Amino acid sequence: MGKTIVQKIFDAHHRDEPFVGTRVLNLDVVMCHEITTPVAIADLETRGLDKVFDASKIKAVVDHVTPSKDTKSATQAKILREWAQRQNIDDFFDIGANGVCHALFPEKGFIRPGYTVIMGDSHTCTHGAFGAFAAGVGTTDLEVGILKGVCAFREPKTIRVNINGKLPPMVFAKDVALEVVRQLTGNGATDRVIEYGGSTVDAMTMEERMTLCNMAIEAGGTSGLCMPDATTADYLWPFINGDYDSKEAAIADFAKWWSDPDATYDRVLNIDVSALEPLTTLGYKPDQVHPIREVGDVPINQVYIGSCTNGRISDLREAAAVAKGTRLAPGVRGIVSPATPKIFRQALQEGLLEILMDAGYCITNPTCGACLGMSNGVLAPDEVCAATTNRNFNGRMGKGGMVHLMSPASAVASGIAGRLTDPRSINK
Amino acid sequence: MMKPFGGNILFLDRSDINTDEIIPAKYLTEVTKQALAPYLLEDLKLDGFDPKGEALKTAQVIVTRENFGCGSSREHAPWALEVNGINLVIAQGFARIFRQNMFNCGMMALELPAADIDALFALSSQGTVSCDLDLPQRTLAVAVDGKPAQTLSFHIEPFDEALVCAGGWVYYANTHY
Ligand code: SF4
Repeated sequence: MGKTIVQKIFDAHHRDEPFVGTRVLNLDVVMCHEITTPVAIADLETRGLDKVFDASKIKAVVDHVTPSKDTKSATQAKILREWAQRQNIDDFFDIGANGVCHALFPEKGFIRPGYTVIMGDSHTCTHGAFGAFAAGVGTTDLEVGILKGVCAFREPKTIRVNINGKLPPMVFAKDVALEVVRQLTGNGATDRVIEYGGSTVDAMTMEERMTLCNMAIEAGGTSGLCMPDATTADYLWPFINGDYDSKEAAIADFAKWWSDPDATYDRVLNIDVSALEPLTTLGYKPDQVHPIREVGDVPINQVYIGSCTNGRISDLREAAAVAKGTRLAPGVRGIVSPATPKIFRQALQEGLLEILMDAGYCITNPTCGACLGMSNGVLAPDEVCAATTNRNFNGRMGKGGMVHLMSPASAVASGIAGRLTDPRSINK
Repeated sequence: MMKPFGGNILFLDRSDINTDEIIPAKYLTEVTKQALAPYLLEDLKLDGFDPKGEALKTAQVIVTRENFGCGSSREHAPWALEVNGINLVIAQGFARIFRQNMFNCGMMALELPAADIDALFALSSQGTVSCDLDLPQRTLAVAVDGKPAQTLSFHIEPFDEALVCAGGWVYYANTHY
């Protein structure tokens, strides 16, 4: 019987099966940030176990609140910083070199096809874009990962999502991600892995695939994966050119991870995107998705462009293309947070930041910041934000605030009109 | 090592209660579990629920609906429950990471079929509902105002049971791997 990509990755990383249905896997990468790691570090110290399984496989970043906003966040950063130093973790990213984890780590080439990856962060599923099994975990799983290089998972079941068709103008990977969450619902993929395929996914760039995989968790998915192909090899080439004689050789090697044609799926979902529209959310659940065209008159106070979903260079290009020559509506604030220093620099060089600043936007340093309501753009009660992030939970960007999720183009269009707006209706 | 599982039940009649509602992100800069105690369920959107009320103060058990603990991976959610004396959450379904975090902390995330959850909610109007979980027997004895009302049976994955008995994943992993 054929195997799915995740079954193949599980087999290649098998450490133990303590009970039927539970697999303990060896880990290739354990990623850490300053919010969920300090308690793990403190607990390891208390237990007299302050060591790491392999410093070269641990990556750490201060990204959620940076620069630190108060004594407490500064202390979290300090704990992570000192630990990285003490444990000789070379891949530690601090002020000046830090950015949103799920944008920064792929950019550094840390994630490869067939890898097992965990992080104390639910959007770790983003890295499945590279054909890796990447799962968000809590602090205890992270702690054991740091100490022992293993993590336990239930035997994987897979939902195959076939996405076909050419995306219409002004419809983007974010809209596809929202459509998948709408169809699967908020827990439709719980205890499942989502495998994305089809002509639309094949044609996507790595950045678009990351946007798509990023929101697998919004359907409850353990991970979301794309098959590693020529696009993956192109992206990773600067990091793997010592391992392979040619790109073709890398592509051929990646193919060993592909799901077999006769693999068994828990469920198969087919989505045709050729008539998909720009989408947004209404309410406090990410699966409450509607075409923007149908939401009626929803005034906004803030536009937020950034996060691990849509803070990459292609997102800033998309935002700048709509923003060019326009202004934010009176009374609407705009915030752009390029996800990494590299993206920031590139956006600067391409003139994107200038276009956005001319349109009235404030540019912040790379950080999670307002995405989880911790800094750099927190909402006041009853304020409304058009956001390119991934969660619209009650209070997510500030107590009493409302978040509408959408693509960068839709967010900028909404900023121009001062209300939720389909980007196709902006005439410049 | 094993924690006691049982006590007064707090009923949260809603699906999709997310970890931002259980403990908002702004408190994630705390580095001790105890510091989270006053903020449990502070942002919960549920008519009639008061995060400062008696029902939460006197509860050792939560009974709720589908997809409890969805969203962020923050283990601060189980910790905030734990420091408030709540070690058992009973739901029709959990988000994977939250459920795993509960077992990893030696706490109990018990999944029951919709009919059992409905039966528990039906009792909630009849008085103060409490329960007592017997792990080896796989039974949950439910009482109303101290009088036995119902006994439910449940299933638990053997690995999850091993974690509960070991008092959590760190101890288990450190002795096995
Ligand atoms: S950008 Fe937002 S969703 Fe992504 S890791 Fe940061 S806080 Fe989480």
